Amino acid sequence: MASVADFAQAQAPVYHQERPAKSGLVDWLTTVDHKKIGILYGSAGLFWLLIGGLEALLFRLQLAKPDQDLFIGNQYNGLVTMHATTMVFLAVMPMIAGFSNYFVPLMIGARDVAFPRLNAFSWYTFLFGSLVINASIVFAHFPAGGWTGYAPLSTRAYGNDGMDFWWAGLVLLAISSMVAGVNFVVTILNMRAPGMTLMRVPVLAWMMLVIQFLLAFSFPPVAVGLIFLAFDRTFGAVFYESAMGGDPHLWQHLFWLFGHPEVYVLILPSMGIVSEVLPVFARRPLFGQHAVIFSGVFIGFVGFGVWGHHMFTAGMGPIADAVFAATTAVIAIPTGVKIFNWLGTLWGGKLTFPVPMLFAISFIPMFTIGGLSGVMHANAPLDLQQHDSYFVVAHFHYVLVGGALQGLFSGIYFYFPKITGKMLSEGLGKAHFWLFLLGMNITFWPMHDLGNRGMPRRIFTYPADAGWNFDNMLGTVGVFFMAAGTLLMVYNIFTSMKNGKTAGRDPWDANTLEWMTESPPPAHNFDFTPVVFSERPLFDHKHSEDLAIPVPHEAEQIHMPSYSWKPLVVASGALLVILGLLLLNLAPMLWLISVAGALTVVVGIYQWVTEPV
Amino acid sequence: MSAELATADGHLPDAGHDAGHGDHGHVSAENNFLGLPNIKLAMWAFLGSECMFFGSLIGTYFFYHGKSLAGPLPNQVFSIAITSISTFLLLMSSMTMALAVDATRLKRLSSARTYILATAALGATFVGFQVYEFSQFVEEGLKLSTSLFGSTFFVMTGFHGAHVTVGVIWLTMLSIMISNGKLNKERSPITVESAGLYWHFVDIVWIVIFTFVYLLEFIK
Repeated sequence: MASVADFAQAQAPVYHQERPAKSGLVDWLTTVDHKKIGILYGSAGLFWLLIGGLEALLFRLQLAKPDQDLFIGNQYNGLVTMHATTMVFLAVMPMIAGFSNYFVPLMIGARDVAFPRLNAFSWYTFLFGSLVINASIVFAHFPAGGWTGYAPLSTRAYGNDGMDFWWAGLVLLAISSMVAGVNFVVTILNMRAPGMTLMRVPVLAWMMLVIQFLLAFSFPPVAVGLIFLAFDRTFGAVFYESAMGGDPHLWQHLFWLFGHPEVYVLILPSMGIVSEVLPVFARRPLFGQHAVIFSGVFIGFVGFGVWGHHMFTAGMGPIADAVFAATTAVIAIPTGVKIFNWLGTLWGGKLTFPVPMLFAISFIPMFTIGGLSGVMHANAPLDLQQHDSYFVVAHFHYVLVGGALQGLFSGIYFYFPKITGKMLSEGLGKAHFWLFLLGMNITFWPMHDLGNRGMPRRIFTYPADAGWNFDNMLGTVGVFFMAAGTLLMVYNIFTSMKNGKTAGRDPWDANTLEWMTESPPPAHNFDFTPVVFSERPLFDHKHSEDLAIPVPHEAEQIHMPSYSWKPLVVASGALLVILGLLLLNLAPMLWLISVAGALTVVVGIYQWVTEPV
Repeated sequence: MSAELATADGHLPDAGHDAGHGDHGHVSAENNFLGLPNIKLAMWAFLGSECMFFGSLIGTYFFYHGKSLAGPLPNQVFSIAITSISTFLLLMSSMTMALAVDATRLKRLSSARTYILATAALGATFVGFQVYEFSQFVEEGLKLSTSLFGSTFFVMTGFHGAHVTVGVIWLTMLSIMISNGKLNKERSPITVESAGLYWHFVDIVWIVIFTFVYLLEFIK
């Protein structure tokens, strides 16, 4: 039996770059390495996760007791809007992008993504978008139109000045996601190692493939909705003006045509992570791998046909309601397939319970609770009762916190050794797990009850005699548990980076290609191009004599793309274009900023395509 | 952006080489699993995304069609004669674009550059027609803020015009790159073909808009 260390070759090929990378800050600013960009995305995601959590904590303090006036009116609305916007777009999505960047090329045996500089461009547009949205608190007010930005609530007449920053930032985030979507679709379809047929692609990479399609195809509708909003707010167009015949359904359709696929963008990667983690710690192959993959693909497809279930109360008519109710209920089938496959993987396995396994296992029941209340919402008449009540808040927090976030936490503990070469502390990790699991149930379980007792969403206070006092107090107490757990994880990350146990290549005795290379992997990922014979290539290499020694690369040098400033230049140009439109309200002449931005983009792209890689 | 050709190992993918069924003794250094260059696959995915973009714009136009509370109405401002001319020019630009792609395949770079510039010129003329059309409409009292028709029409066709403009800039860049030798005979077919895919797509979107937005207005 060959050990993984056998793959470290005596005469490993050296990679070279046209222009060697500079060290330090410049390197991080100009890198096109998918691993560094993944770390940047992941760190930004963690940072915004803490900010979004802080926002939640603040408005939970306001709701802890009846008739409080800590944050009222638009202050409260701003906190809620920014909590959701931050968590969805600035925390969970970049964390997913971090995993996608770091691990997809490794998992499929590639040296980088298909378009490394385009990848850096995506990162910068994301970064600028996140800063623009949050700049609202410095230059204006937090956007207070809700994360769904329902027009006409978000138009000049009703929305506050922060909504300008909101659309501007989201347009940049949309560009970032669409570009990244195209880039990763090509990467996963075209850059796989020899022998890695689609059915041998690891489930996490598969789910990333599905969500990249969702990103590429679902962001355009909301981009169009945001453009309409921008034209209404800035140039006096009348898309959302009811006095001019504008229909409030328009924004809802455009937004949810994006918004519902977006829900699957948030959850599918976590499902992929769980599908990677469970087999490793159950010491069994994933039960029904193809069924798990196909159900993910099915969810992605049908996800484009269910957006109307967010609008049952909007008056679409009985036929549309019936169709959307049916398609929504159908989604429960592939989701159920996945849940049973995970259970089947665990059944009869030799289970061990390190932290990634704990999060992955608790993902299953927590996500299922959220999934079950989701099926209830598919029922249009029932949804009329639940709409805009705390029951819905309970539903999507079980899916997004118990599901998406716990999956990502599992991924952080699982993959941290590969990224840093050090293990995270198990003790701190377990404390994080229990605090978090307890906290989320203390906070979100009573919200089912609150919803049933009629407490509506998005109200900043409530009367003492409504019968909502105890549940709300619980909701606030639980947040502190979750915050404590998450801070423990951050502390764990910082201390373990220095003092953690050395991980080695394959600390979990795992099955997929990313564990074949060093921890952290070298810039060129693999010294040789791996050849794949099954869906568990590393397992094959460890357990089969025939496959023990892969064919080495001949002494040829591996060419890696050089660092580049151009992605930053082009993204800055895009930022200037948006800023010019944003500032147009202050002084008409400021459109010149947009012109300067457009010129920067054009010149930047010309230099981009003509610079040597 | 679109001319980014290098795979991670810096080589152009070797079209037609099927690494997926490679024999075990030989390991290809090139990742090109589908036998299709990355840039082409990326263009198709991008155009899929663009379908959703223009689908939303055109969909909104029809969602609001006939719901304007103030005039002028479409059939009062549209001039089929003028728009037919600009449509014809745009259709012809697709022909010159196809000839440009063909010339790069035959390694005739200078004639490719001529066709590329012709395509860009036809596209720029189309945009010029659009500017004229817009200014006529504004004179006849149709502005962005006049009605739902004004908002949806100007934003939809405006974004199409912006796409044509991007294409014109793209093609101009390509012709400059051929002139100063930045685009060589090996790279030119795929690079120009990618621009061509975009150009034909933008052209097709206009066929949809011209047919459904302009012509259907006059069916009685």
